[in-house]
Amino acid sequence: MMSHEIAVEIGEMPVLLRTEDSGFRDLLARRYAGFLSSAIPKFEFDVDLVAPTTEMESDLDVEVRMQHGVWHLHRGDFRAQWDPGAGRGTIRQTANPYSIDSVLRILHTLLLAKSGGFLLHAASAIRNGQAFLFSGVSGAGKTTISRLAPNDAILLTDEISYVRRTPDRFYACGTPFAGELARSGQNCSAPIRTLFFLQKGPKHSTESIGQAEAIRNLMRNILFFAEDQELVKSVFRSACEFVESVPVRRLTFLPNEQVWDLVV
Amino acid sequence: MSQKYIGRSTAIAARLLGGEMMVMSAADSTFFTLNEVATVIWQAADGRTPLAEIIERSVCAQFDVEPALARADAEQFVEELAAHGILLVSDRPIGEAA
Repeated sequence: MMSHEIAVEIGEMPVLLRTEDSGFRDLLARRYAGFLSSAIPKFEFDVDLVAPTTEMESDLDVEVRMQHGVWHLHRGDFRAQWDPGAGRGTIRQTANPYSIDSVLRILHTLLLAKSGGFLLHAASAIRNGQAFLFSGVSGAGKTTISRLAPNDAILLTDEISYVRRTPDRFYACGTPFAGELARSGQNCSAPIRTLFFLQKGPKHSTESIGQAEAIRNLMRNILFFAEDQELVKSVFRSACEFVESVPVRRLTFLPNEQVWDLVV
Repeated sequence: MSQKYIGRSTAIAARLLGGEMMVMSAADSTFFTLNEVATVIWQAADGRTPLAEIIERSVCAQFDVEPALARADAEQFVEELAAHGILLVSDRPIGEAA
């Protein structure tokens, strides 16, 4: 059988996806438009498509465990394995884009945990060359503030922000992981200027948050699934370093465009 | 009465941030913010110093608190953190934290 490949690059990390189904490859090409890459992939996955079964439609929660050097990623709708040493993995799922999207998110949480970054429940945008993150639980206003973004703002995501660590700074990168906006972010990055925690209120205002409160809020909103104590510690360290180096503020807002006057 | 020794588990991550000690269990991601007194006890929990000595030398010496009250508060704090597995408690010195 002929295989069809596509490389999806998020956070400057190209991942090759290989399938025997050309239709699924085309579906992925549409899903990840703007994030396709010709760079040499760091990791590759064979995607094994299966027919819908009771097993693959169950609502089992996500489980991420390392066994004998291989990560096992399980959820009701997918089974994946990834050998970081060999740089290879497999994904078993039905032909839908949501399962592979979840596998990619989990993969990136593992990669970022090792390199001082993390995925965060947050919208993010670049303005005047600097990135702003807007974090909060569902309903806090991530999609709302994304919809209100002015023309000069480059939207990176309305749902899952990609935070990378370089030796001297934290960067936000665009992701194809969309929320209610149902639109991928732009594939670019910028140093993070401010992290805002969103809350809706009677008027626009912003105030500084102390580091202790900031780390509590940040840890609540970081995506991490692996049952691995060393990686959990690593994520905690990264979060601490983040709040020590990036201003964290509370942004109370009404759903109108003037809120962006405070995003500077 | 036997001595009680306390030691920090290695299955935790901790950091002093903004004057508050943040402690997280790496096993279940439970998150604790310690107050000043609890932070002093936490930092002194080396597995070798008896809890009574920590209370007397570190807590009562630094904070204006009655020894009996300090002891009761410390016992409660130790019990709570031990229940989450982030503080180890033994009636003998703890050589190697688990």
